[in-house]
Amino acid sequence: MLSADGDAMTSDQALVTAIRSGDQGAMAALYDRFSSIVYSVALRVLQDTGAAEDVLQDIFMQLWRNPGAFDASRGNMAAWLSVIARHRAIDALRRRRPESDIEDVVVSVEPDFASDADRSRTMDKIRGALQTMPAPQRSALEMAYFEGLTHSEIAEKTGEPLGTIKTRIRTGLLALRKVLAA
Amino acid sequence: MSVHEQFAEDLALYALGSLEGGERQALEAHLEGCASCRRELEVSRGDLSLLALTTAGPKPPARARQRLMSAIAKEPRLPAIAPEPQPRFWPSFGRPALGWIAAAALALVCIGLVRQNSTLQRDMASLRVRFQNQFNDQEGKLEQANEVVTTLLDPESTKIELVAVGNKPQPRGKAIYQRRTRNLIFLASNLPPLPAQRIYELWLFPASGGAPIAAGLFKPDARGSATVVNPPLPEGVEAKSFVVTLEPESGSHEAPRGTPVIVGMGE
Repeated sequence: MLSADGDAMTSDQALVTAIRSGDQGAMAALYDRFSSIVYSVALRVLQDTGAAEDVLQDIFMQLWRNPGAFDASRGNMAAWLSVIARHRAIDALRRRRPESDIEDVVVSVEPDFASDADRSRTMDKIRGALQTMPAPQRSALEMAYFEGLTHSEIAEKTGEPLGTIKTRIRTGLLALRKVLAA
Repeated sequence: MSVHEQFAEDLALYALGSLEGGERQALEAHLEGCASCRRELEVSRGDLSLLALTTAGPKPPARARQRLMSAIAKEPRLPAIAPEPQPRFWPSFGRPALGWIAAAALALVCIGLVRQNSTLQRDMASLRVRFQNQFNDQEGKLEQANEVVTTLLDPESTKIELVAVGNKPQPRGKAIYQRRTRNLIFLASNLPPLPAQRIYELWLFPASGGAPIAAGLFKPDARGSATVVNPPLPEGVEAKSFVVTLEPESGSHEAPRGTPVIVGMGE
């Protein structure tokens, strides 16, 4: 959703427009706004501050080189950057080359974070959903998401059948969606 | 079990990047021909992105910011035009072992190469000038377009609508749509404040008479102004009209259910 004047989405887009013309101050402002999101996702995946800083640097340099990669009509910037941070961190964790360019990442997020308060409310909802989820379900979802494990690797790690892991991940995702729709 | 249910669990894994092997290939083949599952995949990725945001907390150290800003300062934004190579002069012949005949033949070859080199240099210089002129021209146009868009979208821009004296401003909207590029800019003004649990939704009604296409949810600001820029739209749809409706807060997506607020026909 795109909303009216003064919201965070429009401001993000205005910063991106300024970055397109080489405005370093706009880049610094964008970094100040989103670096903690990118860094904390990378740190959660990599569990290493130095490696997380490298991911942070890599992502913002790519944004500087190609600001047009962000398309405000297809998702908000916080969600977009967090997905890219997760991809890059998992690539780093598995010591493989990046599998996708930042402009290939499209995120469709229903809630629009018009303000930090909106984002905070949504995050509280998700955290609440994770806390109320059965532990094996939450664990399967987190192993897939934050450790980048395939379902067969999770099955091997937990000793559970493949079908069970698949179902847990799917059910966990549906539980998140239900909370967001409420 | 329907085909879509069969792929439901795999879609969740695929969104996570956790599906592999034959299952991954089978799903990718299915996705190519199934818009419904592609949409489901996009929504799943969106939901999962919110999972990433729950990690928010630790801030990067100050040195990370310095490192980035220093790297940015060193990196030029636009592709630099390669410097024109300096003319190279053939080395003089100083080896007495070469006979006069060989020297003369080499001198002829040398003269030919120098001439060819000069011609190439002139061609390159001419191309450089043409390229630079085109580049400057495009850059100027881009800058102008950027200024227009920035002014339109800047929250600090003053937006005043002029109406006939004595008339109360009415809700109105303007949709600028380019079918070929799927670009749509919609500007609305004087919209009534939203009732609780409601949202405005923009719809594109195709000239072909097909189902209306959702073109973005939006909320007006305190003065009733709102903007929608480039919502995701299918390719090549000719617009018959655009309509704004009042919908439940999550939007209607498939077809308008609420009351039309403003409507406009294409030219």
